[in-house]
Amino acid sequence: MATRTVSIASSVGLHARPAAMFVQAATSTGLPVTIAKEGGAPVDARSILGVMALGAKHGETVTLEAEGDGADAALDSLVALLERDLDAE
Amino acid sequence: MADHQTLTGIGVSVGTAHGPVVQVRPAPKPPAGEEPTTDAAAAGGKVREAMAEVAASLTERASRADDHAKPILEAGAMMAQDPGLAQGIDKHLAEGKGITNAVNDATEEYCAMFESLGGYMAERVTDLRDVRDRTIARLLGVPEPGVPDLEEPSILVALDLAPAETATLTPTTTLGIITQAGGATSHTAILAAQLGIPAVVQVAGALDIPKGTHVAIDGGVGEVIVAPTDAEKEQLAERSRRRAAALSNVRGHGVTKDGTRVQLLANIGTAEDAERAAAEDCEGVGLFRTEVLFLDSDTAPTLEEQQETYERVFRAFGDRKVVVRTLDAGADKPLAFANLGEEENPALGVRGLRLQRRRTDLLETQLDALAAAQKATGGNVWVMAPMVAIREEAQFFADQCRKHGIKVAGTMIEVPAAAIRSTDILEVCDFASLGTNDLSQYTFAADRMQGELAGLLGIWQPALLDIIKMACDGGRITGKPIGVCGEAGGDPLLALVLCGLGVSSLSMAVGKIKAVKTALRLHDLGTCQRMADAARRAKDAKDARQAVIDLADPVMLDLI
Repeated sequence: MATRTVSIASSVGLHARPAAMFVQAATSTGLPVTIAKEGGAPVDARSILGVMALGAKHGETVTLEAEGDGADAALDSLVALLERDLDAE
Repeated sequence: MADHQTLTGIGVSVGTAHGPVVQVRPAPKPPAGEEPTTDAAAAGGKVREAMAEVAASLTERASRADDHAKPILEAGAMMAQDPGLAQGIDKHLAEGKGITNAVNDATEEYCAMFESLGGYMAERVTDLRDVRDRTIARLLGVPEPGVPDLEEPSILVALDLAPAETATLTPTTTLGIITQAGGATSHTAILAAQLGIPAVVQVAGALDIPKGTHVAIDGGVGEVIVAPTDAEKEQLAERSRRRAAALSNVRGHGVTKDGTRVQLLANIGTAEDAERAAAEDCEGVGLFRTEVLFLDSDTAPTLEEQQETYERVFRAFGDRKVVVRTLDAGADKPLAFANLGEEENPALGVRGLRLQRRRTDLLETQLDALAAAQKATGGNVWVMAPMVAIREEAQFFADQCRKHGIKVAGTMIEVPAAAIRSTDILEVCDFASLGTNDLSQYTFAADRMQGELAGLLGIWQPALLDIIKMACDGGRITGKPIGVCGEAGGDPLLALVLCGLGVSSLSMAVGKIKAVKTALRLHDLGTCQRMADAARRAKDAKDARQAVIDLADPVMLDLI
């Protein structure tokens, strides 16, 4: 089980366009990736509705988890994505 | 090919057109007695297949959409592929629910969650329900709901159009609109008139016209000809030409034959409307519906965003008057960020100024933005509140306006109580404007969104004219201006009556101004007053209108 924690860099938080980009990236890893807020239950990172409902705001810490071949590399790429201000791009 | 026939309805937006029919379908409802699911796995597979098709069609539309619609369609496509939603549906299928009911119930669980989160998330509920409706339509094997992409300029036919559906229409692809329901004061009618798209509402049998059938419509007299002959098409064109001839060469102020000034103003909803209308021959704006700006917004627009729009509007009109109506939300225009929950009777509930008093933050921000925009542009800005019933409310609003630096404060008169006691109300503010659409809804206790009640809501009802007369009397007694900004003001014949009743300005869709201006110039004030008396003496709406036609110049027959 690979795990990473990262703070949301997008100024609008993880919804709208940043959420869509994150979900697309998580889906394209082909792995079951989950995302959770601190102390919260993990949700499927490939579900746009789940990720939007998470309501992760700018500066909040989230935990990503994945299992399977290439899980570490996949999570590294997702962390790199969340560390960018996706809304400003 | 459909048989040749003529259908009649109520013409709500003048003009003629002909073209192929495109049917706009309402959202399908999950059937009540749906067969229970026995093989949940197979049903889950069918749902996934339908959702994948919905996603593919939304993605395809997104690839051709403009910058505004593209992200909305793409987000919809992602929702249709959401594994969490599919699993939620599986749960309901496993319980044995029917397939479309399972789709509906699982979607509603997400909707409830999003609505409780409020703001941006609550706004997404519309997109999610759209995905649900498309999925259910595919599962039921019926056409997808909503306005389809128009491959060629077409005539739209619908039961009625929702505000969100009319918002994306353009005159280049929508030649005309026919609705089976809807009333003369429905949003379909108002928007069609604003865009100059010929429209006929209340056309029985309209939904049965097959897709692709050629139809001709006359939005003036309310006629729809299915499979028209060339001679009929020519006849419609001739009507348009006669109208154009009657309208030519009128420019300048609104004025009666004997020189009584009646300001002719435009109704607008956006800065783009303002810029379009300002280029036309009109004396200003009599109704700037600011909620239109809010409808498109994910959250309450900030002071800066509002100020920018208001400045564009004021700048477009220079020193011409602009009457702004503050946020009129609630009832048929719900806003996600100003929602105070479900109401039994929204039209009689917390809407208009009542909502502004609960959410004074919204009102104060709007007044600050208006005052700042006025200061920046030097515009001739008048501000009025919607849904005022009593003097205390008018006083509250005028006080707020003054506190925030707005110089001219007024009230809408759309509640009968305010019309009856208009003197009391005008004593504490600077002007009033009659909203005839709501005034008639409240006078006749008839929902204006309910097409079958349209007969009660006609603007020629003598009782409505009596109420307008009472409101105008208050204007005379206090010496303060009283205008009309409902759709009644745009009917050239009724405009004469309103003028005779003592109205000092008329505001309408900009495309209607020319006909009203022509009508005014053909008649003197004395004739207008006689028309008003004759209309009020009539026992019903039809006779009231006929009595006025009998007193009118014959050229009027080409205008109406």
